[in-house]
Order: sequence, then structure tokens, then C-alpha cells
Amino acid sequence: MSIIEEAPLKHVGRSLRRKEDPRLITGSATYVDDLSLHGMLHAAIVRSPEAHARIVSIDTEAARAHPGVRAVYTGEDLADLLAPLPMAWAPPGVDMTAPERWPLARGKVSHVGDGVAMVVAEDKYAAADAVQLVQVEYEALPVVVDVEEALTDATLVHESLGTNKTHEWSMGGGDVERALADADVVIERRIVNHRTAGAAIETRGVIAEYRAGQLTVWSSTQVPHLVRLFFAVQMGISEDKVRVIAPEVGGGFGSKLQVCAEETLCAWASKHLGHPVKWIETRSENMAVSHHGRDQVDHVRMGATKDGRITAFHAKIIQDCGAYFGLLTPMIPELGAFVMTGCYAIENVRTDIVGVLTNKFFTDAIRGAGRPEMTHMLEVTIDQLAAELEMDPIELRRKNFISADQFPYETPYGITYDSGNYAGTLDRALEMLDMDAFRAEQAELASQGILRGVGFSTYTEICGLAPSRAVGPKGFGLGIGLYESALVRVHPTGSVTVFTGASPHGQGHETGFAQIVADRLGCDPQVVEVIHGDTATGPMGLGTYGSRSLSIGGVAAAHAAEKLAEKCKAIVAFNLEAAVEDIDVGSGKFSLAGDPDKGMTLAEIAGCAYIDATAMPEGMELGLEQTLIYDPSNFVFPFGAHVCVVDVDAVTGKVDVVRWIAVDDCGPAINPMLIDGQIHGGVAHGIGQALYEQVVYDERGQLVTGTFMDYALPTAEEIPGIETDRTETPSPSNSLGVKGIGEAGTIAATPAIVNAVIDALRHEGVTYLDMPLTPMRVWQALQEARGRGDGPRSTEQGVALSPEAQGSAGSGPTTPEGGAA
Amino acid sequence: MIAAAFDYAVADSIDDAIRLLGEGGDDAKLLAGGHSLLPLMKLRFASPSLLVDIGRIDGLRGVDTGGDSFRIGALTRHADLQDRRDMGLLAAAARKIADQQVRNRGTIGGSLANGDAAADLPAVLLAYGGSVTVRGADGEREIAAEDLFEGYLTTSIAAGEVLTEVRVPALAGYGHGYEKFNRRAEDWAMVGVSALVKASDGVCEDVRIGLTHMASVPLRAGAVEDALRGQPLDAEHIKAAAEHAAEGTEPTGDLNATPDYKRHLARVLCERALTTAAAA
Repeated sequence: MSIIEEAPLKHVGRSLRRKEDPRLITGSATYVDDLSLHGMLHAAIVRSPEAHARIVSIDTEAARAHPGVRAVYTGEDLADLLAPLPMAWAPPGVDMTAPERWPLARGKVSHVGDGVAMVVAEDKYAAADAVQLVQVEYEALPVVVDVEEALTDATLVHESLGTNKTHEWSMGGGDVERALADADVVIERRIVNHRTAGAAIETRGVIAEYRAGQLTVWSSTQVPHLVRLFFAVQMGISEDKVRVIAPEVGGGFGSKLQVCAEETLCAWASKHLGHPVKWIETRSENMAVSHHGRDQVDHVRMGATKDGRITAFHAKIIQDCGAYFGLLTPMIPELGAFVMTGCYAIENVRTDIVGVLTNKFFTDAIRGAGRPEMTHMLEVTIDQLAAELEMDPIELRRKNFISADQFPYETPYGITYDSGNYAGTLDRALEMLDMDAFRAEQAELASQGILRGVGFSTYTEICGLAPSRAVGPKGFGLGIGLYESALVRVHPTGSVTVFTGASPHGQGHETGFAQIVADRLGCDPQVVEVIHGDTATGPMGLGTYGSRSLSIGGVAAAHAAEKLAEKCKAIVAFNLEAAVEDIDVGSGKFSLAGDPDKGMTLAEIAGCAYIDATAMPEGMELGLEQTLIYDPSNFVFPFGAHVCVVDVDAVTGKVDVVRWIAVDDCGPAINPMLIDGQIHGGVAHGIGQALYEQVVYDERGQLVTGTFMDYALPTAEEIPGIETDRTETPSPSNSLGVKGIGEAGTIAATPAIVNAVIDALRHEGVTYLDMPLTPMRVWQALQEARGRGDGPRSTEQGVALSPEAQGSAGSGPTTPEGGAA
Repeated sequence: MIAAAFDYAVADSIDDAIRLLGEGGDDAKLLAGGHSLLPLMKLRFASPSLLVDIGRIDGLRGVDTGGDSFRIGALTRHADLQDRRDMGLLAAAARKIADQQVRNRGTIGGSLANGDAAADLPAVLLAYGGSVTVRGADGEREIAAEDLFEGYLTTSIAAGEVLTEVRVPALAGYGHGYEKFNRRAEDWAMVGVSALVKASDGVCEDVRIGLTHMASVPLRAGAVEDALRGQPLDAEHIKAAAEHAAEGTEPTGDLNATPDYKRHLARVLCERALTTAAAA
């Protein structure tokens, strides 16, 4: 494209150590809870212990009288809010029955943890004590927890809506019913993708300060600009008077891609009390009222020819939305549907989605957002089909791969895959595994009574959200475009500040973006500072989620730097009396082609631009900065092959992941270490869902997994070493050729584990399992198989399953057995 | 996650702690490592009016190895025990408690006085046939392990008494096995089995087995012990004896395990623990 791309790139491609790590590791980073403002008050929320109830009365008198309490507010006090909390997706032609969600309940509560009142006090201790003094009288209403039961409308979550069904949405290509009718083999499965939590290490937190008509909000958020936009709408303050700052954010995984009730509550209270108001979420609140993810029941049908050509794939997805819509709730399964056919050339395909309300907290985007669910159902179903066809699952995959020469590839849904080489990542993964050696080892271990299995997942996903025309109001119906901004400013001394609208919370943008900009400006990444998360310092931005930061925000920064580089060249050419075409970006300076000793450093160029106007070409604008908005032409589609090896203890049912191979392709690497880090974390996230984590409500709608004792988030002890490798297939959609990688590991992981466990247990008669693969669930499956006589072993105990052993809804709240160990 | 208001007093001696507890009344609690009590307080499941901190009392931490038993100070940390080669089963169990941070703070006295049937050490004490020494306003007494655990989170230590020392017989010549089953390494036991076996010419001369989380209190697996004592310590006899592991237990179901599954685990873990102990 330009000389810049031909110039030697010095920093991109290297595993630079993360610039952000020293402050994070040494504890000197500043999170919301580290901030304190003069006169600051502290808020705490009174939350419903009932899953569904009418609020008969709220008595706040004792709480108001508690020493240190400044105010107690209920839903009625917030009548001056101009809008309920937002849901940003309403696709054209889809009829939405959406419940309104207000920061505090109005008349009734619909899930455990629903906010009923807010206490504001002089310190957080008084606030916590006064919460217990607010007397709320509830009249219990019938509760519906199970999503398929909710779909019958026998019990309504919101009586005024008349139904629990929020919407239906379908997408199709080809003729799936006909193809199924014509198929040699059709398999059907009901696949449950259970509810999980985001569980970021830093819980949410807010400080709002309303002073002299100006609202400043510090929030642990992934989307500061969207929060500002919403404040303007909800509180009737013009946007120029609202500043939102995301200071250090300790992880999000989507759980902070939200416009939160507590942000509004703090801002509203600050405006009314004339003091800054702080709210820090407790871990218990985080488990109950930071949005959950997944939670859908999938009915899938897959048809194929006898020789393994997949001809049809249909999924009916029942989405458990919970009691309300969050920012993107109804969009989650749709996002997955965009890549329903995964890596495969399947011509007849259809997705039917129905959204359903239940008396649980709402679900929304959690790492992967729809794509892990879709990939799980596809990759597990592929293995199920392979078993039905008595075909090697690898061969079945290869037979149906879109081949490398078919890109760009248009799917039956009209989505255009940018680039791919699916066989390439699978080949490399198999090379790392050494299948022959594995099978020999498997047989050897089997003779010792150890059940070893291997599972595969070959995935592609859609990320880099998103081309604004495609997703915006006239496209898929999102309430905003998803472009990204960058402002690159070279200072008079030659150091550089990059302002990005992306809003990282652990990903490593400060390092990766610095590498990109440094190469284009011929400087060291150490002098490039990346600033993010403050609506007052940079242009409008859209935040960090959907693996979008690099392929949109990073490309914006690259383009801005390239424009500045052109200006730098013109300044250098003027001063060296050379032609612009003869100036190259070198290491440490812009220099003359053929005579690299002649040149100017960035500091010298900045000196011309800011200090000595006579050193600037006539008519050239002074200064050295560039603002740029980049809107991608397409999504990006990273892909890869993951291999999981497990040992299953056939006696106890415990699954041990003994090996993980991840070969991913996200285009040319900017910083390989950052990619590895994302894959490690992503795979850990998937292992968490597949083996350990599950948000469980009992039949009364009580949250059973309210602490980390019951919500089994895995620790380092449970995660195996992960062997990573990459192939590099550039995306033609952006000039860096890059694709997102933040969610890929999670998207790939769960089916690899489930397929591996089934591979280990198939000879025992276990042919299908839903997650999470807890020891008890695996043991019960083995008992059932042995009871049926499917397996080679005789039933030794014939243990009958007790009722509480069955579903996933748990058996009531666990006892507080001594607190956290 | 903010505890309700409480008073806090530091005891500088055991007698001082007994005095403070007496003055504090029924709602006063002792604070040692704090790893069970403080989380309960933060969740407001417990709201003691007074915490008496015994953590700074001299002489309550450490192990006296004289004679045929170990005398372990109540404030001895799990981390102090986890790597001791001379303490077999007790060290093996201490190594499996939660994570290293917890082991660095949690104390043996606190764990036993809390009497949690899902915790590691109560069933270990029972298997050893150990005892605890407690002191109150009326003087000192020793409580045998089998008399210590009375019910769910309830022990026979009276209000106003302070656990000062734990006694465990050295049991020279015994092999040990400790099996703890949980989903994550840091979790409480879904089921645990502590086994001590003395062999003589391949025959089981003595066997002592403690069961964790198989009832509201830790249990001895008496039926297994009776079945194995005097029998050859081979795989067949161990397996046959372990089949009795769930007899007399009353496990409750929870999120991770039904009673049936717990009974199954008890049998499996018992066989494994005995196999390890017999091989030692």
C-alpha cells in the first residue's frame, strides 16, 4: 500500500513484555475502590431475597435514623429518570416483548437480588448496617426457573407482558427440512449450555460526582463512552457535561459490557445530595447481579450422506434471558448463529431462536457471547455424527472443511468469511499430538484401568465487532455503529501518546498498540504511551469486547500513525532537500534511502512541527497529531484446532485434563506473548465451564451458587499446561491482516473436553454428556450405561438415582459449612 | 461483605482469654486463624458481639514430640504440620487443607474447635484416637476425640473454655493413607477417608479409619475396621472390608454429591486409603 508497509518493522511480531504489568504486579495500579473524593458518601443496595414478589411496603424509617445515614431511596424516588436501563438491539422486523428494567424495582421484584432500595451513608459500614434495617414486606408470587417450563406461560415473570416469550428470530439458507428428509443419516440431540458467571477478579464499582452541572463518573466498565451516552439520555444532561472514566479495570469477560443500575443510582444520588457517591460491589452481589452468560437449551438436527458429507444442520435455541434484558441480551444467540456452520461447507442450515424470561438474573455477553454456545453444539454434534457413521471424527471434519482456496467464502447466511486454512491448523495440532502414539498410550492405559480420551474442536468465529453498516440500525439493528477511534499525538520532545476508544481491562493494548505505532513512527515502543478509558481525553470510542480492539482500534491507531508518518516524511524531505519518496522509516529515525546516516529522529521532526516553523514546508499545518475513525469493511474470522486429552477415573467419575494443544490463527502476530496469554486464559475459561462452573438456582429461584465455595471457578491447580502454536493467514479485511483472539480459546474449548470425555467413555457405553462434567454427573452416566448393559462391565452396585441427583437445578441452598476454607 | 459491628479484645494469656470470654457472655467468640469465623461474619451468618483474639498468646504454637504422643499447641498452623515427616497422617491431611495461604493462617485448634464434619482434621483426630485439652474458669480437662464432636458445628467444649492443646498418639509402626475427594484442590472434602494400619506379617493387627463429611459429625468406620482386623492385607480383603465404609453413615446431599454418590465415594476412598496405608 505505502512505503511504510515495505519498511522493516522492528517491534511488531516480537513478544515485548507488557508495559502495563509492573504497576499491576506491584499493586500500584488505581482501581475505582482506590479512589476517594472529598465529602464522598457510600451507597449500599437493599436487594430482594425473593425471586418473584409484589412489594407491599418498604419501611425505611429505621434505616434513615441509623447514625451516619444520609438518605434512603426507593424506586418511587427515582421517578424523574427519563428512561429505563437500555437494551441496544432491536432488529428490523423482529417483534420484541421487552420488560422495562429500572435501577430500583417499581412495585415488584423479579429475581433474587433485584434492587429495592439504596442506602447512602457517610461510610460503607453504616451503609451496610442500615441495609439490614430497611423493612420490606413482600407478597410472594409464583416462580418459574426452568426455561422450557417458562415457555409454556403457565407462570408469568411479568404479568403485564402476558407472555414470557420475548421474541423469535430465524435465519436460514438453503432448504434444511428437505435436506434432512433426503439425508442418509439424521441425528438429533438436546444440548444444554448452562449458565455461567463472569467472575472478574475486580467486582464492579462506581463513583459519581455531580458538581456545578458537570457529572463525572468513575466506573469499572468496558464501555465508558456508551455509559456516557446513556447518562445523557437517562438523566437529561448534555454529553459535554458528562465525563466517564474507566480507571484500571480488573477483568471483565463481558460482565462489564453493561450499563448498570448502580451507575445510575450513584449519579442520581450525587445530583440530589450534592456529594460524590461511591458503590463497590461485594463478591456476593457480583455472583447474583453481575450479568450471567450462556444458558440456553439447543435442539439440534444434523443430516449427512453415508460417506460423511454434512448436508443439513438445524438448531432450535431456547434462550434463558432471565428476568430482564441487559444491554445486548437478545442478541447473544444471534451472534453465534452468524457462524452456525463453523468451518464447514454446509449448504442447508437454519437457526430458530426464541427468547424466554425466567425469575433469574439476566444473561448477557460473557466471553464469546453466543459463539461458544454455537461452537459447542456444532462440534459436539459433529462427533456424535461421526460415531453414528462409525467414521473418524477427524476425517469427518476434513471431508466437510471449507478449503483454503474457497476464501473469501460466503456462508448460507450471507456472511463472508475473510480467510482461512482450517486443514492447516488441524494438521499442525495432529502433528503435536502424534495420534498413533496417543492411541498406543490409550490402549496401554486402558489395560491398567485408566480411561484416556482425546477430543477435537475445529472452530472459526466471527469477531472484530463490527462493520457499522452491517450491524447498525439499518443492518442487524444494533443501536450504534461499532467503528473505533484513535488519536496519535507526537509531543514536542518526540514522545508519543496514543488515545484509543478501546477500553482494555487486562488485554495488553498498551503494549501491542505501542508496538504498532512505534514501527510506523520509527521510535521505541517505550516512548509510546497508550491512554484509554476516559471520555474527556480522546475521541468517541466504542470500548473493548467481541475481540474487536486490535482489528479495529489497533488498525485505527496504525492508520493514524501512517498518516503522521507521511507528514513526518514531508518534513524530513523538506529539511534534507530530498524527495518525499526517498524517505524511509528506519530504526530510530526517518532517513534518506541510500544514505541512511542522513535523517531525522522523531524528536527532531517534532521540533520542526512545534518549535521552529521555518523548518516546516510552506503551508503545512503545524503540530504533529492525527485523529482517525476506522470502520471495518467486514468482520474477521479467526480459526484454529484445539485438542484435549483427558483421563477419566471410571470409579469416581473425576475428569483430569492431562494435555491441551491449541493451534490458532489470528493472522500476523503483533505480540505472540499476548496471543498466548489470551489463549491460555480463554482455554481456562472453557475448562471452567466444561468441568467446574455452573450458576445454579433452585426451584424457588434462590441462588445456590452465591459464593466461590459453591461456584467452582477453577484455580491454577485445575488448569493444565497449554501447548500453543500458530499459523498466520492474514485477513484481507484490514491492513494489518489481524483477527481478534480474546475469545477464541473459550469458543474452542468446551467441545474439545466433552468430545474427549465421551471418547474415553464410549467403550463403557456413555455416548453423550451435557456440561458441566462434574464427577457425579460422569459417575451417574457410567452407572446408567452399566445398568443398561451397554458397557463391557457388569453392574456392581446398581445404584438408583435419587431425585436430587437428576437435573442441574441443585438440591437447595448449601449449608454455610464454615465459610471459605 | 462487611461484618456487623463487634468488640475486639486481645488476650495476653489463656487465663486472660477465659476471663474475657466469661465477661463477653454467650455471643463472645475466640479468634485464632480466623479462616472459618471471619468469612461467616462477613456474610453476616455469624455476628458475635465480642472477638477475643488469642493469636498473641505465647506458648500455644508448636509441637512437643516427647514420649509416645505428639502434643500440639492449639495455635499451631497447618503449615507448621504439613511437611513434618514424623507426623504421617496428620501431615498428609494438613497438606490437603484448602490452599497454602489458608494453611499459613489456619490453626489446628481452630479447626477442631469449629468441629466441621467437612474439614480435614476432625476425622483425622478421630482416627488417631487423640484428644484435646481445654481450660476454663473451673480448670483444665481433656476431651477424647470420640467425645468431642457432638453435632453439626457443635463440640463438647463449653462456652467459656479455651482449647489449648491437641494430643495425638505417635502410633509407631502404623502406615497411613489419606484420601480426600473434591472438585477443586482448595475445596472442602466431598468425602474424605483417613486410614491408619498396623501390619504384622502381612496381617492387619490394627486399623483405624476416620470418615470426613459422611454425617453431621466426623465418624469412625467401625464396620470396616472390624472386617479387616486380623485379616490379610491383600487387595481382596481390603476391598471386601471397604465395602462396609458407608455403614452407619448419614451423608446429606448437596450441590456436588447425592447421599448415594457420597456412600459410593466412601467405599472407593476407603479402599484406596487402606491400600496406601497397608503398603507403607
